[in-house]
Amino acid sequence: MASINIKLNQEKLGQLQAICKEFNNDKGELINVLHKAQHLFGYLPAEVQEVIAQELKTSAAHVYGVVTFYSFFTMTPKGEHPISICMGTACYVRGAEKVLDEFKRILNVKVGETTPDGKFSLSCLRCVGACGLAPVVMVGEKVFGRVSPDGVKDIIEEYK
Amino acid sequence: MAKYKMHLLVCGGTGCRASESEAIFQDLKTALLNRGLENEVQVITTGCFGFCEKGPIVKVMPDNTFYTQVTPADVNEIIEEHVIKGRKVNRLLYENPETAEKVEDSKHMGFYRKQLRIALRNCGFIDPENIDEYIGRDGYQALGKCLSELTPEQVIEIMKKSGLRGRGGGGFPAGLKWEITRQSKADQKYVVCNADEGDPGAFMDRSILEGDPHSVIEAMAICGYCIDATKGLVYIRAEYPLAIERLKIAINQAREYGLLGKDILGSGFDFDIELRYGAGAFVCGEETALIHSMEGLRGEPTMKPPFPSVSGYLSKPTNVNNVETFANVPVIINRGPEWFAAIGTEKSRGTKVFALAGKINNVGLIEVPMGITLRDVIFEIGGGIKDGKKFKAVQTGGPSGGCLTHRHLDTPIDYDNLISAGSMMGSGGMIVMDEDDCMVSIAKFYLDFTVEESCGKCSPCRIGNKRLIEILDKICQGKGTMEDLDNLRNLSQVIKDTSLCGLGQTSPNPVLSTMENFYEEYIAHVVDKKCPSGQCKALLQYTIDEENCVGCTACARNCPVNAISGERKGLHIIDQAVCIKCGACIEKCKFNAVFIK
Ligand SMILES: Cc1cc2nc3c(=O)[nH]c(=O)nc-3n(C[C@H](O)[C@H](O)[C@H](O)COP(=O)(O)O)c2cc1C
Ligand code: SF4
Ligand code: SF4
Ligand code: FES
Repeated sequence: MASINIKLNQEKLGQLQAICKEFNNDKGELINVLHKAQHLFGYLPAEVQEVIAQELKTSAAHVYGVVTFYSFFTMTPKGEHPISICMGTACYVRGAEKVLDEFKRILNVKVGETTPDGKFSLSCLRCVGACGLAPVVMVGEKVFGRVSPDGVKDIIEEYK
Repeated sequence: MAKYKMHLLVCGGTGCRASESEAIFQDLKTALLNRGLENEVQVITTGCFGFCEKGPIVKVMPDNTFYTQVTPADVNEIIEEHVIKGRKVNRLLYENPETAEKVEDSKHMGFYRKQLRIALRNCGFIDPENIDEYIGRDGYQALGKCLSELTPEQVIEIMKKSGLRGRGGGGFPAGLKWEITRQSKADQKYVVCNADEGDPGAFMDRSILEGDPHSVIEAMAICGYCIDATKGLVYIRAEYPLAIERLKIAINQAREYGLLGKDILGSGFDFDIELRYGAGAFVCGEETALIHSMEGLRGEPTMKPPFPSVSGYLSKPTNVNNVETFANVPVIINRGPEWFAAIGTEKSRGTKVFALAGKINNVGLIEVPMGITLRDVIFEIGGGIKDGKKFKAVQTGGPSGGCLTHRHLDTPIDYDNLISAGSMMGSGGMIVMDEDDCMVSIAKFYLDFTVEESCGKCSPCRIGNKRLIEILDKICQGKGTMEDLDNLRNLSQVIKDTSLCGLGQTSPNPVLSTMENFYEEYIAHVVDKKCPSGQCKALLQYTIDEENCVGCTACARNCPVNAISGERKGLHIIDQAVCIKCGACIEKCKFNAVFIK
């Protein structure tokens, strides 16, 4: 999974161009285009950025500058089950750091990395808005609330 | 609505949805259908009730029954007992923690008693995906009144009289901003709603958009009418999928009803709204950065002036207001500026929504009149500190704000009082801390955030905050000196004075306010090399008590780095040079022999 190499095939290229077109190839819509492109590919590798630059008639450097500015955009593929630990203040004061440490320990990866088998990637985010359930962990779209360090193992087991 | 004799309201906010509220909704519907009650009892999903701590919530109307921590397994009992036999399900009712009595009517819950809901007036009462319910509660009446009876100048006058100030943090008078934008001449102007809500641990704006999106749409249209703009944009975080979804539905419904689009209500006024998405950058909440982000650029702030009201989106005059600011507008028009101005304090009129979180019993979303004290908020509405611990501090204003202590508990909350206390209103995050929280670590936590989110455009913020965090780190490692404390203070002042935008100008506040209010804790770290709340690992020392140690060897066997030596039945000793402070020994010892110094 980790190494699906996107040599943009004709089909994907077509889809990407269609996205740009949907926004009238307007460079003011770059961020919307990137959102959709990331949805399509899972991440935004250099090839994808180059195509977008061409379509929107701007420089690849500009696209790269925007991609790297916003933390939502990523240039590395995520794991099959992306795990995000909320590091918002509410979760922090209710012990999110200890939960994060436990994930790091069990998966043996750092924040921003993916396990060698491509199954899990680990990241932090800021407040998903479920502060009442702090500390909060998200696996894909699913929200786990009131996670304790002891509960980490069970969450990982669920997706093994 | 009239034909139903009972309504079941299921909370559909992000928090409750994370604990299966959707399944509860579905199961309730099915259960009613199976019993042929679907025409007598209505089930709807609403926005956040605010009482997130005890979610998922199901409320029964008209009798105001408030069921907490409901699970799909409770559905049948609610139907059989309450709906059919008219008996409340006692075990699901909220229990007053002091008297251990069940509360039958939500109006009598301590959590709601001192609240006053204006911006949140519809959250938890209506189905946000159904425009008719909004209209049923006077929705779009204010827009109609403005378009048919009032000139833009008159509306602006009402707004100025109401005294409404911006709820996004700055507190700028909304009416005045509208007037300035109106006076800027241009062929095209824009109304922008700031729904970036970057403060980590705050969820006011999200809850309003999820629970009552039409109130914001209506207000944006009114603002457009006042400033002569035909186009509105909502800049919303991509992390809020549910709010985005509900906003889209609401915009489409408003278009269908002719409340957005061309010639609204036959008045000749055109106005429509589009969405723009954020992509995870806190600084984009700052209005100039936000505008650059909407233009497809890196979200870097620029110097003010020119203010957006003069030159904003695509260099046209742009009126930027916060979600909560907008949500107040329709009510002010409907009920009059005098009514609104009578609430709150002299310089801060109306109410404020806060997201109450941290070490507090009732985590949730609250709306209170300005001028209420922190004590009322934390101990009455918030139900006091979790697990019977001692209150230590409350942080307001997020990464730009500061920590307040018990000394401030009786200060009336308004824009100016919070600033003179060394914090600020901010957008409404309120994080409560107890005796276990280390204030140096908290300052470091916020600074970590700022360093990560600094856009890097100007050096005081980019480099200065990094230096601050290095010093704090040193202190937490037990290597700090008194000189470091002076440096912290001086550098903080320089960063505040010389940064380009509000992010840098306020970033040292968490440091300065904790130094001001908890100086003794800094001294403990620096001079005594101790962390009074036991949070800074490097400053802890695990030791074994001679009296209690029976020599069971449990600690030695469980120490991952073999730092403990000792014979069976003999006293065990921890080698401090080897110990990594993992705490395993303390957990394993059944004789309370291991303790932390
Ligand atoms: C670093 C920084 C972050 C901000 N974040 C937000 C935000 O998340 N939401 C918001 O409404 N205003 C935010 N603001 C304030 C906006 O710049 C602006 O003042 C506000 O949106 C104006 O609306 P109001 O007058 O209705 O409050 C932020 C300001 C700064 C300096
Ligand atoms: S103060 Fe910080 S966030 Fe603001 S412009 Fe300067 S570097 Fe960027
Ligand atoms: S705290 Fe951990 S490393 Fe230190 S002695 Fe106890 S078990 Fe060993
Ligand atoms: S701080 Fe974690 S969900 Fe809000």
